[in-house]
Parts: sequence; structure tokens; C-alpha cells
Amino acid sequence: MKRREFFKRSFLIGAGFSFLPVSRFCLPELAATPTTSRVVEITHPKIRTGSGIDSSSLEQLLDQGLSYLYQTENPRHIWSQLFSKNDVVGIKVNCLSGEKASTHKLLVELIIERLQRIGIPSGNIIIWDRLNKDLESAGYSINQTNRNKVRCFGNDTIGYDDRLYINGSVGSLITRTLTDLCTAVINVPVLKDHGIVGVTLSMKNFFGAIHNPNKYHHQAGNPYVADLYEFPLIRQKTRLTICDALEAQYEGGPPFKPQWSWPMNSLLLAVDGVALDRVGWEIIENKRKEMNRPTLKEAGRQPEYILTAGKKNLGQSDLKKIDWQKINL
Amino acid sequence: MKKSSKINRRDFFRQCSRFGCSGLVLSATLPPLIQNIVAGQSGHQNQARWYEKIPDKRVKCKLCPRECVVDDRERGYCGVRENWDGVYYTLVYGNPCTYHVDPIEKKPLFHFLPGTTAFSLATVGCNVDCQFCQNWQISQIRPEQADNFDLPPRKVAQLTKEAGAPTIAYTYTEPVVFAEYMYDSAVEGNRLGIKSVMISNGYIQETPMRELAEVLSAVKIDLKAFSEKYYREIVSGELKPVLDTLVLLRKLNIWTEIVYLVLPTLNDSDQEFRNLVKWMKTDLGPDIPIHFTRFHPQYKMQNLPPTPVKTLERAREIALSEGIHYVYVGNVPGHSGEHTYCPDCQKILIQRKGFWILENKIKNGKCPDCHKVIPGVWS
Repeated sequence: MKRREFFKRSFLIGAGFSFLPVSRFCLPELAATPTTSRVVEITHPKIRTGSGIDSSSLEQLLDQGLSYLYQTENPRHIWSQLFSKNDVVGIKVNCLSGEKASTHKLLVELIIERLQRIGIPSGNIIIWDRLNKDLESAGYSINQTNRNKVRCFGNDTIGYDDRLYINGSVGSLITRTLTDLCTAVINVPVLKDHGIVGVTLSMKNFFGAIHNPNKYHHQAGNPYVADLYEFPLIRQKTRLTICDALEAQYEGGPPFKPQWSWPMNSLLLAVDGVALDRVGWEIIENKRKEMNRPTLKEAGRQPEYILTAGKKNLGQSDLKKIDWQKINL
Repeated sequence: MKKSSKINRRDFFRQCSRFGCSGLVLSATLPPLIQNIVAGQSGHQNQARWYEKIPDKRVKCKLCPRECVVDDRERGYCGVRENWDGVYYTLVYGNPCTYHVDPIEKKPLFHFLPGTTAFSLATVGCNVDCQFCQNWQISQIRPEQADNFDLPPRKVAQLTKEAGAPTIAYTYTEPVVFAEYMYDSAVEGNRLGIKSVMISNGYIQETPMRELAEVLSAVKIDLKAFSEKYYREIVSGELKPVLDTLVLLRKLNIWTEIVYLVLPTLNDSDQEFRNLVKWMKTDLGPDIPIHFTRFHPQYKMQNLPPTPVKTLERAREIALSEGIHYVYVGNVPGHSGEHTYCPDCQKILIQRKGFWILENKIKNGKCPDCHKVIPGVWS
């Protein structure tokens, strides 16, 4: 598929491109009229081998998930459409909760493999999160300086930009990984319940980019999570969200609570992080219902911030307008 | 977690100058001591004192009225307390990010050992998020984001004594968030005859405040406004618990002064000033000093100009007219509202310029002319 055709098709089928900051910039009229956003929920029931994840099955999930998202038969082209060889790509993982409830290392390795295939040098790929110790606890090895290998470090290593970034209710320093190093970001959160803000998915994952996330959890994170996600730096650099739902958690998050986790064996993929969060919220609500837990509203932590983000036109928060594709392999 | 870099003399003075008190540091005393000061080891060594365990390895903090419910491996709103495996820890115990020797007037405490110095320290962290915070670079960060000193309570007391300061001041950020460290340092100080003062927002629960009051000699409370709306929108806190703290301190007979930072259009109406001072007179009495201080644009509050001096004068007039005895104008060096006047004979008792005492006429806690007893801690 040619580049021109690719974009044409993407727009026609509404793969969520209306929420890409680049498209907003080029076609500002789109910003005022949110259209359908696509979220792909792709599941492979036989992905597990004993206690581990089967690499080739996960590869299928990732590649076919992207194919469904972009409605193309060759997912490899997508990577070269989304990223150039000159990009420095940051992979924002979520490693707060140790190995069992963090972004799977295997998934990140597959993403890296695909970035390398399109010619991005290893040293221009950065796995990052808040703290080195969080990354290490999830099985990642820290490498800050060796540019012959994929780099991996926490904000505590690289530090924060001196400038105070302010938007609405949020005023924060932002990690230099995002301000100075990365030209593009792949957001790879985990599908989890959150004891204060309801759910922690795409938007909330960027709390790991700022120096003071503790200040923005009250009021169930509303409007803080949405205000942060509105930062141009985040909007402009985030090109893809791949939510790790291999192991999901419907209660007791964000720390890992085995009694409330379930092997969902899925990935959620979207360009529109708000739409992905809305779908993730629904998945968690459905699971809570199935397990006789109160709704998040009844639990006093409905993630209103997702609706706020929709109202701010950061993405699609209306389930009826989300093209939620459920694929079983 | 924390950087474990040693601090050299140059870095130390750079840090000191960041907070505008380089001229007041212990230049003669510190260099040999600095050699023993390295960034503190962080982690989970110091269990918090005011919290309760709740199911599923969660904890509920009982230090400030926010009562954060904190999941395993998460932190409270202050960012300096962490739940680790169902046990709540303070991450800043013995690890100040800054310390200096300041005039006590800088706190400001005007009726507490005037003309003396206070060994002043802070750890990172705060339990509110004032949009106008002057020290946000240290109050709104986490321990691992700062270079911290290793300064256990006993050493705080020792350094204070060597500096010749009669007082330790817990200040700059919000000492409530390092309450355990403050308490233990005050105990160590008291053993050496050194007093302790807490410079706070007063957003603290009754139990820890009562316990702290046993080892403190004075408290300054930043009363940010007299409306819940302001507290909610500008401070991310609540007014009522702060008023409760002021009443409690009065009951406990701890010397207290109030600072009210005046922000143009946000908390500067005649009605708000009047409501505040009427409440003060009724619930605290007329002798608690209040300082109306000048705002300068800071942090997230860059859209307002500095407070007009006339606004501060208006606030002062209202307070005096309502019967408050000791009303000061702050952050306006050289203003006549910096002096202490005898409420009976109106003569100047303490003449100040900025943080400096030009003359102190108070004798044995009394006005030398009319012998009116002037409340405060004078010796």
C-alpha cells in the first residue's frame, strides 16, 4: 500500500486519526467535530504456555491488532508510516506494581523488534517510566548511556525539564525523556483498576511523566488526568497506544492483587487514548459486575476524567461513537 | 531511590542562595561539618507514626485531615510517605533538603525571642498545593528528586547549639509532612535547652498536633484565606481544619502567630478581612498577632500583580478597628506596620526593618512606659 493510500484509507475508515494531534494541526476543523474512534480489543485464548506467555501468539496479537486498527493487511507498513528512521521513540511502560502487574517485557521486546525492522537504531529507542527501581522490579535492565543498545531508565536518572508546564489544574515539571529526548512515544499502559481514580489506562499512564503525580489523584483524578493529557508535548508525541491486558485487574489496583486479577489474554490498541480509556473502563465495569463488585460509581471512584477528556475534545469518550472491535484469534 | 551524591561546599552555598538567605548561613561553622553530610539513604526504615492499617495492605494516613488511603507501593498526597507491603513509612526522616540560620523575624515570629536566630530546616513535600507557593521547587517535589542531607535529629540539635541559635525552626516547606522528624528533633533540642517552632499551614489532625505541642514552643500558621472556596480552589485544602488547629493551639497555650498572604482580588475584600479578624477576636482573643503579607507572582499564580501596599494597610486598619492588638504588614521592608506598638499607649516597642530589629524596648515582657504586659515569648 502506498503512503497516500494508507492515509486516505485511514481517514475514510475512521481509525481515530481525527484525534491525532498532527491531523488536528493540519485539519483544525476536525477538532471541533469528534468522529468515530476505533479501539481494537484482540484476544488470544491460548496465549499462555504454563505460567508464561507464548511469544508467537503475542506477536499475532500485536500484528493483527494493528491490522484491524488500521484496516490493512500488512501491519509492518504501519510502523514505517508512524515512525521515521530519525525518530527517537520512547516506550512509556507502567511498572509501578512489580513484574506481575506491569507492562510485559515480552510485549515491549516485540514492539522494539518492529521499530528496529524499520531502521530505528537501538539507541534511539527508550523504555521509560518514573523510577529505575520500578523498571527493575518489572524485569527491565537499566541502560542509560550505552547507545548501542536499547536504552531504559527512569525519570529519576534523567531528571526533569526546569520549566514548569501549566495547563488547567496541572502544573508540573516534565521528564527530560519527553521534553528533550523522544520525538515520538508509544504508550503501553496496563489494564487495571485504580483505588482512587477508578481505572489507570492510557491517559493516567502519563502521571509517570511528571514530578508530582501525588498531587493529582484526589477528586478521582478529575480533571487532572485530562488536563495533563492535554499538554501539547504529550499530544504531539504520542502516536500509538497499546494497552497490555494480558493480565488485567478489576479491583484493588494499582498494586497487584492476584485475587482480583484475571487472564484476559488481550491487547487493546488505539490511536485515540481517550477512546481506549473509555473502552477499558467498560471492560473493568463489566468484569466487576460479573464478579459481584459494586460499580466504580458506587465505589466512589468513577473515572469522570475520561468524560472530561471527551468534553475537552481530546478524544472520543462516548461509547456509542467508538468503533470497538472485539477480535478473537 | 535518592541520589547519593556528596555535597561540596560550593553546592551547599548554591543551595543556600537559592532560598535567599546566603548571607545568613553559618559560614564560620559549617564547612567542617559539611564533610559529614551526605545525601541520606532513603527507603523504608522509618515507619510513620500517625496512620492505621486497613484491609488489603492499604493504610489510612492520620496525620493530616486529607486522610489519604494509600495502596501498597503508593504514596500519599504529600509525596513523602509510602505504603510498602501494608506498612506506612516516612521517606524524609532525617533527610532535610535544605537548612540555614535565619533571623526568627523571617518566619515571621515577631513576639518570639526577637533579634535571635533560628536554625531552619525543611524536607521536601507538602500536604497542599498552593498556586502561589514560593518554595514549590522543594515543597512540591518528592524525596528522590532532591539532593538531601543526612541530618538525624541529634545532629540538628548539635548544629543549632554550635550556631548559637536558641531555636530550631521547621519551615520553608510544610513540616506537618515530616512530623516525626520534627518531633524527634525538638526532643533532642529541648535536651540542650533549645526551643522549637513550627512554621506551618496548620492542616494537621488534632492527635499529632497535640503530641507535637508537647515539644514545641511556638507555631506560626499560614491562614491562606477565610473562605472554603479559596482553600478548595487555590490551596487544594480546607479552611475548617486550619481554624480548628488555631483554636487547639490557643487551648494548649502554645504561642501562635498568623500570616495571611493577601492576593489581589482573591482574598482581599473588606468583608473577608473583617470576617477573619472578628473570628480571631472571638475564638482566639485579641492578642494573637496577625501579619498581612504581600504577594509576589510565583509558581502557577503568574497572572496577578504584587499586592498593593494600600491593600495591606487597609487590612491592617480593619483588624485594628476590630480590636486585634498586634497587626503587622509583611514583605514591605521599612513599612511602619512592621513595628510592634503598645496597644495601650501606642508607643513603638520594637522597631524593625525587614528581618532586622532596630530597637527593642520591651522590658520583662512589658511596655517600658505604661507597663502593659505584651504577650509573647521574650526569654
